[in-house]
Amino acid sequence: MPYSSIREWVTWSEPINSPYGVFNIPYELAYRVWELIGGTLAWLINLIFPGNSLSEYLAFDQTFASYIAIAIMVIVIFAVAFVINLTMIWQERKVLGRMMDRRATRIGPLGYLQCLADGLKTFLKENIMPEKADKKGYMWALVVLIGTSVLIACMIPLSSRWFVVDYNTGLLLIFGLFAIAPFMILVAGWSQNNKYSLIGGMRAAAQMVAYEVPMLLVLASVVLLAGSFNINDIVYAQMETTWYILPLFLGFIVFLISAIAESERIPFDLPEAEAELVEGWQTEYSGMKWGLIMLADYFRGYVACALIVIMFLGGWTLPFIGDGPIPELVFLLKVFMVFFIFAWVRAAHCRIRTDQILHFGWKVLLPLSVVNLVIVLAIMLAGGILW
Amino acid sequence: MSDMWITMGPQHPFSHGLWTLKIRADGEIVQEAEPVIGYLHRGWEKECENRTYPMIIPMADRLCYSASMTWSHVYCKVVEEAMGIELTDRAKYLRVVADEICRIQSHLMWLAAMGTDLGNLTVFLWSLREREFFLDLNVKLCGQRLTTNYPRIGGVRNDMPYYFERDCLRAVDRFEKMIWELVAMMDESAIFLSRMQGVGIVSRKDAANFGLTGPTMRGCGVDFDVRRDDPYCNYDQLEWDVAVCNDGDAYGRYKVRIEEMFQSCDIIRQAMAKLDAIPKTEPTRVKAPRRVPEGTHFARVEDPRGESLMYLVSDGTDKPYRLKVRSPIFVNVSASKHLVKGVRIADIPAIMGTLDMCLGETDR
Amino acid sequence: MTEKMIEAPTVEEIAAAVDREFSYMTVKKKTGVRRIHYSCDRKAIHDLCKYLHDVLNFEQASSVCGVDWKDHMQVVYHLSNYETGIMVEITVDVPNDDPHIDSVALIWEGADWHERETYELFGIIFDGHPKLERLLTPQNYEFFPFRKSYKLRGQE
Repeated sequence: MPYSSIREWVTWSEPINSPYGVFNIPYELAYRVWELIGGTLAWLINLIFPGNSLSEYLAFDQTFASYIAIAIMVIVIFAVAFVINLTMIWQERKVLGRMMDRRATRIGPLGYLQCLADGLKTFLKENIMPEKADKKGYMWALVVLIGTSVLIACMIPLSSRWFVVDYNTGLLLIFGLFAIAPFMILVAGWSQNNKYSLIGGMRAAAQMVAYEVPMLLVLASVVLLAGSFNINDIVYAQMETTWYILPLFLGFIVFLISAIAESERIPFDLPEAEAELVEGWQTEYSGMKWGLIMLADYFRGYVACALIVIMFLGGWTLPFIGDGPIPELVFLLKVFMVFFIFAWVRAAHCRIRTDQILHFGWKVLLPLSVVNLVIVLAIMLAGGILW
Repeated sequence: MSDMWITMGPQHPFSHGLWTLKIRADGEIVQEAEPVIGYLHRGWEKECENRTYPMIIPMADRLCYSASMTWSHVYCKVVEEAMGIELTDRAKYLRVVADEICRIQSHLMWLAAMGTDLGNLTVFLWSLREREFFLDLNVKLCGQRLTTNYPRIGGVRNDMPYYFERDCLRAVDRFEKMIWELVAMMDESAIFLSRMQGVGIVSRKDAANFGLTGPTMRGCGVDFDVRRDDPYCNYDQLEWDVAVCNDGDAYGRYKVRIEEMFQSCDIIRQAMAKLDAIPKTEPTRVKAPRRVPEGTHFARVEDPRGESLMYLVSDGTDKPYRLKVRSPIFVNVSASKHLVKGVRIADIPAIMGTLDMCLGETDR
Repeated sequence: MTEKMIEAPTVEEIAAAVDREFSYMTVKKKTGVRRIHYSCDRKAIHDLCKYLHDVLNFEQASSVCGVDWKDHMQVVYHLSNYETGIMVEITVDVPNDDPHIDSVALIWEGADWHERETYELFGIIFDGHPKLERLLTPQNYEFFPFRKSYKLRGQE
């Protein structure tokens, strides 16, 4: 798209259609950035070799520009997810600090840069790998764990105009990737050649089985009610009717507990119970590996909160208002509010025991989620009869 | 999974000091346990044989950092018995006040450690916050936070400073209000209860046989307190109850310790009132001779962790011939192999946490 | 020992009972308020302890410790009764050349580690102890550090 002057570029006359055919802020942002960079490059080359074909290609070829734009968009999406993650770590530390009556983070404005300082510190730590560890399992488990965590965090849409792909399998895909981590924890616990890690990995596996099932049953009830796996559809279905927390309050509670367990936070952080298992399955991961595991943990916490917001709290919409001017901010505020509950639970509770967590998962949460499913069926039947 | 030996310690988050618990675990169930100590053995008793009697008081402080007051107390007491010295009332009540302050702060330290054992950092920080007030009282009374060096052979080092009574009563009143916050945090949490109730049950007979003492034993239903049943320092002239719980599980031991803190508050108030009635001119310290007459003596005191006993053999010189320390935790640790048999690995911190470990006095 | 257990014996009752049963082996050294001091022959220590535990309700062995008197060794027992707060002290002399004594670890579980400690520090061997190994000092020590013959640095 040629511009006659920089003024024309700045005024941002018309929205750019992304390859998906809908308006998408990250893509648009990335496209604009590439237009600036590519245009400048083309101009500079044109100054030296006037009238060459390369600068024409850089400036005018739309297919090439869209490829580059997608590459830049990935960076934009990840950067935003990363900043959200840092904010959540900061928020948790601040909340815990207030609740525990102590000083929380202190570096930077309001202590916001403490996480960056900690990240830098973990870079400086010695990187140790146990000699007798199963090297492939040791490293690949880590890579897959962190990779899937970052991936699903990036796959969460912030609004109907801020997403990576608007796909119909939506939630199902996110849940599928969400459930990979406990497998990888099992592999990591096995491959470290450490008894604490092994027990931690076993606990992770047992816990996962106990909590995936109620979680997916609740997901099924939400999907039944909305009639779609697509995140957009679920959110707008809630805007048309009501937030699903009202009819599915039972499901909300079950999902909240399962989500805390799934992201392995206190009181369900058995795989890394530091009182008896030192650091659980993370025992032999040192330095930056450990730092990245921690980061991935918070990515998963973010995903859990975002799923709760999408499934029960109306996503980025507000009742009677709809999308509003900045739906992304609405969504994030809701996520932070849910995360506040997570931090609150963490400050108030002890760690639960393995057999208790399994009893709780199988004997309380599973029946409740089935009841929740029955409620949904009743609602749908009633709806069919009434209308 | 077949059985495996897991060595928990000497550097392990649950051990609260340098010791090792070797467990044979079948999956999560502990089949067999063997405690190993001795990492801190420094020949304390042998060292005492080469020091004069007053030089041992600061060493006795360092047997256990959070029970330093009672350890120097029991040492002074055994030497006084050997010398045949009777203390003045003022010194006795001052020792009572100091001991009870020490007991409260030690129990708060235990509660803090218990919180981290169960994964609740809030309890840890809150109890350390409350503990500060009692450490401040220690500073006012003795000039030190932990290793107080306060009792002397024949009395205490100094009378209480100005305004100490006011500060002490204020701290106690405030503590009684604030501790409810902490107790509610634990008692009203279903997870805490499920972690503590019915875990690590010890019968009354076993508790006596294993040699458990102090709050650990009273939590198992043995109604015995050295302060009441073998009184020293005018404890028999104060009105208070011995906290006993018949459950015998970890939660019972927790409840006994919480109740003991309240009783200590009561004792401090009464002792302060008694101190008020005694004229300030009464000396806090009786002159003690340099040498101890020949003979053997022993004395016991209710430590925050149990019954601490010292056995002194003197040969008439100014140095002890033999000084034996009976540490309550030494015996409690030896019982741990019975306590953790058959429980889950996750229960080990909960059970060992209620023993209130301190390795300085165990290894000596 | 089929006698009925006395739950809360007084000092006089204990003195009378022990005199009656073990008069030929024990010597009462002194009594005090809630205190009795005995010395006992080492052959009778196990029976005496069992009698105190079974009949006179001494539920706890507070401590077992050794003393090196240079010409002979001594083992000192402190036993306590939970009902009355009475403590009994029993001293048993052990010759240097034959430092053997019967173990009481099977009567009181709590005496187990005390006896192990006394063994490693004084070299007194407790016969019948379930696991008489070094506890505080490393297993490969060959000397007994709390004996008077073991000099500290600077004392030689």
